[in-house]
Amino acid sequence: MILIRNGHVLDPSQKRDEMADVLIENGTIKAIGKPGEFNSLSVKETFDAAKMLICPGFIDVHVHLREPGFEHKETVLTGSKAAIAGGFTSIAVMANTSPVNDQAIVTKYILEKGREADLARIFAIGAVTKGQKGEELAQIGMMAEAGIVAISDDGMPVMNSALMRRAMEYATMFNLPVISHAEDLNLSQGAPMTEGKVSSLLGYAGNPNASEEIMVSREIALARATGARVHIAHLSTREGVLLVKRAKEQGLKVTAEVTPHHLMMNELSFLNGEQACVHHQTKTDYKMAPPLRSEKDQEALIEALQSGVIDMIASDHAPHGCVDKEVEFELAANGILGLQTTVALMLGLVADRKLSLQRMVEALTVKPAELLGLKNLGTLKVGAMADIVVIDQNLPWQLHAEDLVSRSRNSPFLGRKFQGKVLKTMVGGVWK
Amino acid sequence: MIPASLTSIRTLDQATILQFLDLGQSIKSNPSAYQGALKGKTILQFFVENSTRTRMSFESATRKLGGTSIAFVSGTSSLSKGETLLDTIRTIQQNGIDAIVMRHSSSGSPELIAKTTKISVINAGDGSHEHPTQALLDAFTMAEKWGLHFKQTNPFAKKTILILGDTLHSRVARSNIHLLTRLGARVFVSGPSTLTIKNFELFPKVEWVAFPDKILGEVDAVMALRIQLERQAQGLIPSKEEYRHFWGLTSERAKKLRNGACVLHPGPMNRGVEVDPEVADSPQSLVLKQVENGVYVRMAVLSKLLGGLES
Repeated sequence: MILIRNGHVLDPSQKRDEMADVLIENGTIKAIGKPGEFNSLSVKETFDAAKMLICPGFIDVHVHLREPGFEHKETVLTGSKAAIAGGFTSIAVMANTSPVNDQAIVTKYILEKGREADLARIFAIGAVTKGQKGEELAQIGMMAEAGIVAISDDGMPVMNSALMRRAMEYATMFNLPVISHAEDLNLSQGAPMTEGKVSSLLGYAGNPNASEEIMVSREIALARATGARVHIAHLSTREGVLLVKRAKEQGLKVTAEVTPHHLMMNELSFLNGEQACVHHQTKTDYKMAPPLRSEKDQEALIEALQSGVIDMIASDHAPHGCVDKEVEFELAANGILGLQTTVALMLGLVADRKLSLQRMVEALTVKPAELLGLKNLGTLKVGAMADIVVIDQNLPWQLHAEDLVSRSRNSPFLGRKFQGKVLKTMVGGVWK
Repeated sequence: MIPASLTSIRTLDQATILQFLDLGQSIKSNPSAYQGALKGKTILQFFVENSTRTRMSFESATRKLGGTSIAFVSGTSSLSKGETLLDTIRTIQQNGIDAIVMRHSSSGSPELIAKTTKISVINAGDGSHEHPTQALLDAFTMAEKWGLHFKQTNPFAKKTILILGDTLHSRVARSNIHLLTRLGARVFVSGPSTLTIKNFELFPKVEWVAFPDKILGEVDAVMALRIQLERQAQGLIPSKEEYRHFWGLTSERAKKLRNGACVLHPGPMNRGVEVDPEVADSPQSLVLKQVENGVYVRMAVLSKLLGGLES
């Protein structure tokens, strides 16, 4: 038995927010009690968590681990290390590997790599269409048997509405949510940043908010038509927020996530953020899809996360190497690292009183567990898996490139000073 | 202070701009006094996008200052050959280059090179971002026409200039908006809404009018921009005929200009689309003067950046 003593236990799944001791046995939660309640028991290990925050292990529904196919960017092993360092005990990995995770054998390979790494729990998201080409349905059912928890073509959004409708209809048989990267590619035309004052100033093609609004709107319409569970990935616009809010009011099974970078930055960050970007001098670490939007969008996202219109936080951890990032802005790959910085960035929002600690933890535990149907995860209820994260909310630290355990270095937050850090992460009763 | 590189007008203060332009006037009045300014210096003309006039102008400027010009011309990006732009530049740097004149289709590329190497970079046009020496030569040419000099601030304080056409994709327009407003001018922008810069929030004050006709009588200069003929296929304009009908600098429109108002075009011109031949060849037109003055202005930029000279 392991005893975690004197911690501030925050578990939104059971509305627990108090000083408590947590008792762990055989990899599961044995009991939670008042401080000192278990002192008479003989335990193998006692961890003194005084002044620390104890939460269910965090769950990230949107991660790219690049294996198989792009192991120079990240592997399941290095990505799992980043997850553990960042307090994530469960992560769901997107299908845009090479080969694409569009059939059971790829799913099994990824899950096997996860077991070999033996760090965080790895869940796989299958492709919607074969090769993520948007032409024919992938073998969704056989992937479901192999263990996928959702389907998504992510950055290669299905532009054909009829095909997306069929995918949703099909997914309902397996109770799989359909995750949509909501971007009308005909409208965004590969533009490298948001259409706005910065793209205008610098002469870059702009990706307008409307490209997201149109596709969020379509996905909601299809969710209504099919009864499917639809999850909007990395919501980035205030218009998208309004649509999701309305869909929820109408009782549709629509959920949404937001990334820390869309909450913490906006289009001006690219213009002004030269100092923060110490590794890739190209400023391409401010390039991602969807792009950083305006200050108004940023504010709307923060409010929607706090109010619950946006259900959860997801990192969209997207490792890329120098070859992909130290190039002209328009040619650079989309995406940034997220697993190791998400919690610290979100604690910053909490410190600024823009987000409650309870909502933050809910958005990293119960909500993602519900989306992916993960039983006994994201909670500290008795009998649940002993996946636990220990956080020191007051510890100041600075992110250096050498601190990153990911194989890549593409973070615009390098050099940033934080307050609050993940200290320890436990998966299945074992400190990782 | 003169920067090590010239990547944009936006980041320059008025004093620096005036220094470039003032030196340009000194060079034009006595070119032979500057013929050794770049002696022993090697300037690479790095053009990763087709250009003849700008490259020739920079080559000519380099030679007139006694420098050596080397050309690296490629119609495609370095990446298509499997080499990154940074690697290409790092390689080139080893050949003993003192400055790079750079034309590139990707906005921000000259800034990237200026930041990541120790070499002096002169932006000769990057994507839709900026074309600083074009804006300098435009201002130089208008000042010459108007008998103005650059010894004092705000030389264009009483001037109104219209930039007409596709500002959305135009590096010439962006550089000129910054430069002309810095020199004190009032700047109008006119063009189809589909081809106009979407958001002026971070720009100095400019005024947009969809159709140019009602302000033509108020301006001291019209700068017509080149319309790329592929804009029709991209669905941005219905046809070049419709473009000419509303935004072309036709002979009829030119008649609305005040006496003494001048016409500029960065070239190459689509005669009969954005500008009528009669207007392009009229006494109002400064088109060929722009080309001539381009050499003096680029001589000024090269001498200033490479530290050989004070005006």
